[in-house]
Amino acid sequence: MDCSSVVVCDLLRSGGMDPGLAMFIALLLGVVLVTTIPLVTVIFLIWVERKVAARIQDRLGPNRVGPFGLLQTFADMIKLITKENITPANADRVVYNFAPLLSVVSVVLIWAVIPFTPYHIGTDLEIGALYIVAVASLGTLAIMTAGWASNNKYALLGAFRVVAQLVSYEVPLVFALLVPIMLAGSMGMQDIVYAQAGMWFFFMVPLSAVLLFIASHAETGRGPFDLIEAESEIIAGFNIEYSGMKFGMFFAAEFIHVFTNAVLMAVFFFGGWWGPGALDAPLLALLYLGLKSAVIYFIYLWVRNTFPRVRIDQLLDLNWKFFVPLSIVNVLVVAFVLKILQELQIAVPLNASTNFLATIPMTVVLLLVNVAMTYALIAWLRNRGAKARQVDLANQHEDIVVAGAAGD
Amino acid sequence: MNVLNEWAFVGIFIAIAWVFPALPIIIARFFGPKKPNAIKLMTYESGVETVGDTWVQFKIQYYLYGLVFLIFDVEMVFLFPWAVAYNELNFFAFGAGLLFIFLLTDALIYAWRKNALEWS
Repeated sequence: MDCSSVVVCDLLRSGGMDPGLAMFIALLLGVVLVTTIPLVTVIFLIWVERKVAARIQDRLGPNRVGPFGLLQTFADMIKLITKENITPANADRVVYNFAPLLSVVSVVLIWAVIPFTPYHIGTDLEIGALYIVAVASLGTLAIMTAGWASNNKYALLGAFRVVAQLVSYEVPLVFALLVPIMLAGSMGMQDIVYAQAGMWFFFMVPLSAVLLFIASHAETGRGPFDLIEAESEIIAGFNIEYSGMKFGMFFAAEFIHVFTNAVLMAVFFFGGWWGPGALDAPLLALLYLGLKSAVIYFIYLWVRNTFPRVRIDQLLDLNWKFFVPLSIVNVLVVAFVLKILQELQIAVPLNASTNFLATIPMTVVLLLVNVAMTYALIAWLRNRGAKARQVDLANQHEDIVVAGAAGD
Repeated sequence: MNVLNEWAFVGIFIAIAWVFPALPIIIARFFGPKKPNAIKLMTYESGVETVGDTWVQFKIQYYLYGLVFLIFDVEMVFLFPWAVAYNELNFFAFGAGLLFIFLLTDALIYAWRKNALEWS
């Protein structure tokens, strides 16, 4: 094992420790550090979410506990800890207790491959992006087991909807993810960030970024896609039978998930930690990543609090008949244009030393193609909407005529 | 770090990650009251006793979406390496990718035409 690249490991070994053990302890410390980051952030995020939601709804939000209500989350935590933990008599106890744990774990595991700075990353796996897709889908399993194990009809209905929704939206999510991987030529998270040295991928392939944004929003099960816990339809869906801290864990998992998605958006499309002077000052790099994530996180909250909930048939139609074909076409078009650009020698290899000016020709072409695709899409949708409205209008007219003839 | 250490990190991560959600739940056990009774432990169904078993057969539509998803899930795994190597391949790679995606999109079109994607 290679010990020299890790500071803590070197330090321990110089104290006379066995290299293997030193490496293990160094890894352990790293793991604890990386795990703590999302779990500490979430305490603050809950406050941010409540404040933003309140402002959008023209309220003040939490403002009693501590300055600006900052300590509200701690008060909530104390409340949850002192609540009774009720396990329904009919529940499948093992699976029932296992589900809240899994839902948090599935999200926290993603942070193992998130690059915080050029030099700080949990572990830079060569298949980082694939690892994220694999681990994130465990969250679906957690919600499914929760709904099933509760032995409650509402919870089970919620679990069904999870299967339909989360599983469906994984398809456009992964297809959208293929595009930055194709541009960077790597699945490693650091490689993807380095590939954006010249230009953020967002300016090359904005359509993929929007697709990933919408699909990941559906994956968290909130905003216009909160069918899995639609309060007015199935009360709370999968977490109806959970109380106290177990409910708190589902709650925390959802919040971490949204923020994790914001960070992933920043890494895949907005250059991650990349910014002026980031290579020399790791703290500055972390700040860049934080700022980008915060802006994207705000947009997630904005969408969640602005759009009304869709129906389940609309949700599935939107995915299977619109997003899935669109994301497939998008991948193929980008692949085709990219290959032509490479054959014409316009495309430059994207890596850490890529010049900003050198990327401009290929960015312009890719951007124009994306704009053209979006324009065609919107024109098609408008046309379709106009036709549907005309049919509606004709039907209405017929109804009036029939009603008139019957003498009503 | 070499490859082994990278995966050792993931291995330790998977083990440690369970501790963080488990800890608050275990702590809550000591602080919360524990007064279960038959009515409290009843399955919640808007205040009435639940009728029949919950684990019954349900709408086939959910299975169909699961099956269609399975097609794409397998497809995606094969497309990842294609995307990674794409820059180094010649124009043939595009044709191969196109053919592969077309063959699997077939399944989607088939399901669509057979009304498997209709919610009714």
